[in-house]
Amino acid sequence: MSQQPLVKVEGLSKSFGALKAVDGVSFEIKEGEVFGFLGPNGAGKTTTISMLTTLLKPSGGRAEIAGLDIHKHPNEVRRVVGVVPQEYTADEDLTGLQNILLCADLYGIPRSNSRPHAMELLKLVELQDAANRKVSTYSGGMRRRLELASGLINYPRLLFLDEPTLGLDVQTRTAVWSYIRMLKEEYKMTLFLTTHYLEEADSLCDRIAIVDHGHIVKIGSPDELKASIGGDIIVVGVAEAEPDISEDIKNIPLVREVKKSGREYRIKSEVGEESSIKVIDLVRSKGLHVTRIALTKPSLDEAYLEFTGRSIREEEAGKMDAFKQRVTMMRARR
Amino acid sequence: MADDIPARSTATVQEQAAEAEDEREAERSFRAAPKLNKSPLHGLWALTNRDLVKWYKNPIQLIISLVQPVVWLGLFGKAFNIGALFSSQPGVTTAEVNAVNLATFGTTSYFSYLGAGMLAFIILFTAAFSGMSVVWDRRFGFTNKALSTPVGRGAIVTSKILQSVVRSLIQAAIVLAIAVILGMDTASFTVLSVAGSFVILFLMAFGLSSLFVMLALRSSDWQTQMAVINLLNLPLLFASNAMLPVKIMPGWLQSVIRFNPVSYAVDGVRQMLLGSASATGYAVLAPLWVDFSVLVGFAALLGILGIVLSWRLLSR
Ligand SMILES: Nc1ncnc2c1ncn2[C@@H]1O[C@H](COP(=O)(O)OP(=O)(O)OP(=O)(O)O)[C@@H](O)[C@H]1O
Ligand SMILES: [Mg+2]
Repeated sequence: MSQQPLVKVEGLSKSFGALKAVDGVSFEIKEGEVFGFLGPNGAGKTTTISMLTTLLKPSGGRAEIAGLDIHKHPNEVRRVVGVVPQEYTADEDLTGLQNILLCADLYGIPRSNSRPHAMELLKLVELQDAANRKVSTYSGGMRRRLELASGLINYPRLLFLDEPTLGLDVQTRTAVWSYIRMLKEEYKMTLFLTTHYLEEADSLCDRIAIVDHGHIVKIGSPDELKASIGGDIIVVGVAEAEPDISEDIKNIPLVREVKKSGREYRIKSEVGEESSIKVIDLVRSKGLHVTRIALTKPSLDEAYLEFTGRSIREEEAGKMDAFKQRVTMMRARR
Repeated sequence: MADDIPARSTATVQEQAAEAEDEREAERSFRAAPKLNKSPLHGLWALTNRDLVKWYKNPIQLIISLVQPVVWLGLFGKAFNIGALFSSQPGVTTAEVNAVNLATFGTTSYFSYLGAGMLAFIILFTAAFSGMSVVWDRRFGFTNKALSTPVGRGAIVTSKILQSVVRSLIQAAIVLAIAVILGMDTASFTVLSVAGSFVILFLMAFGLSSLFVMLALRSSDWQTQMAVINLLNLPLLFASNAMLPVKIMPGWLQSVIRFNPVSYAVDGVRQMLLGSASATGYAVLAPLWVDFSVLVGFAALLGILGIVLSWRLLSR
């Protein structure tokens, strides 16, 4: 039974007019896994979540959650999943507790169960003291934590988190991360999260799909993604520009690629620590002098940029981000 | 005693077992889903109650919504003193004035006539603005949140209609009380006539709320919704008998009024509260049973339409 993936997505697509927001994505998520969708603004992350949580009708493809087709059994799917949306959705005129209880009522959970459970969840996200305050008095971080708690009220097997740390300060972000780890480790919950923060994907996810323009460009564990761009990079400065010893370096075991520019060699190696020592030995044995040496491990950033390109979208994305944050904050203040 | 030590260790073992059990309990209580209410109407009351709580926790909103009908009543209703207008003419007796009033309005006091109209007024305006809360909910993501739960799509729409109906009727009751305090003629009030009036008002509130909720369902833009409200509100009010009798109006307007469900509600309420059914002439639009039938049809048609279309309108 646990061999069956909890989520099975095949060729899922969504078009808005001519725009293909999601263009044939396929992936599987195993029970208990933390699966990340990592991609720039407009990549189609939220659209994918909306389809999987039955808010949007796919224009193509199919998906199953816990063996239930999202198109044929939407109500059953809704019972199995929990959603923490990108925006704040809590009712500001109600208290935090009232919001969660309302959510529970919508799932048909009897109050005898939802009341203690809601308090338990509020304690989990450290909001128990604010439980009876109106949400309009909450800070942005408190709202995000409240959304997280209401997403858990229906005992979901699969929790969707859409950019759970957008616009949060470092403290709250760290707290949200620890809740996510706890959900995985203590409650064995399966999580689907989207983000465009690389450290977040790297530290939380078991597997990551890098998405761009509605496509999955690469899928794998963080380590696999890092390895896929070709290992560690060693930069060696040599005092003498001549002779060129590139060919000799290339013969060192584990070295994949060597590029010389001026007095510097950029070397890609599968295991940087081992190769770098051999490179130094080689340089010296040729009677040359090493002026500096640097070893860099590939980060997810490198992998991400390799797969999504380094175009100006970075800047645009930054602007969009700031805008979205402003909108979310405006609501937070309201 | 000799078995002191084993006893203690047994206790420790028991304690440990209890602790482990507690832990498992905590985990289970977190994960063991309870028995769910899966009826298609579950959540209906929760959603309706949400809007009602927001409403009565914020009395300012209630007071503001009462200001308009009360101003109409208190200022216009009192100022438009038709009786004094006639009796100021030389040679006109009070009896003659009353006869004219009775023939025109079905009552000797225009204030009472307008009072019945204002009950419809408050219901029309409350229903019209019920669409706004639909728009706000969509705007602030609450609709999407509700849609991601298994709550019935019909329940989401019905709750919006119901909360508007409940609010309208409570506000209408308050307006009626104020009208009575300000001097509305209560000679024909009986338990039955007041109850009957509220049945009529209920039908009107239900139909109009369904209409405005339906119009708001697809919109997430409150400006458009305000425009829709303004576009419909005033014509529905003025092209009705809420303030003046139908038969003094030009023929084309009379035919419009006969298509306006508000007119039948006002007419029914007047006949019951003011006893104007027996009056002849200008006062009555249609027999009481016609008023009732039109309103039942109106409420049923729009209610069913709203709930049937809700699934289509809510899913994009
Ligand atoms: N309702 C809609 N109508 C038209 N276009 C839409 C709609 N929703 C999303 N889009 C478009 O689809 C694309 C993908 O949007 P989506 O919200 O899924 O991106 P995202 O990956 O979540 O981005 P972000 O990081 O900014 O949240 C975008 O180009 C967006 O403009
Ligand atoms: Mg998004």
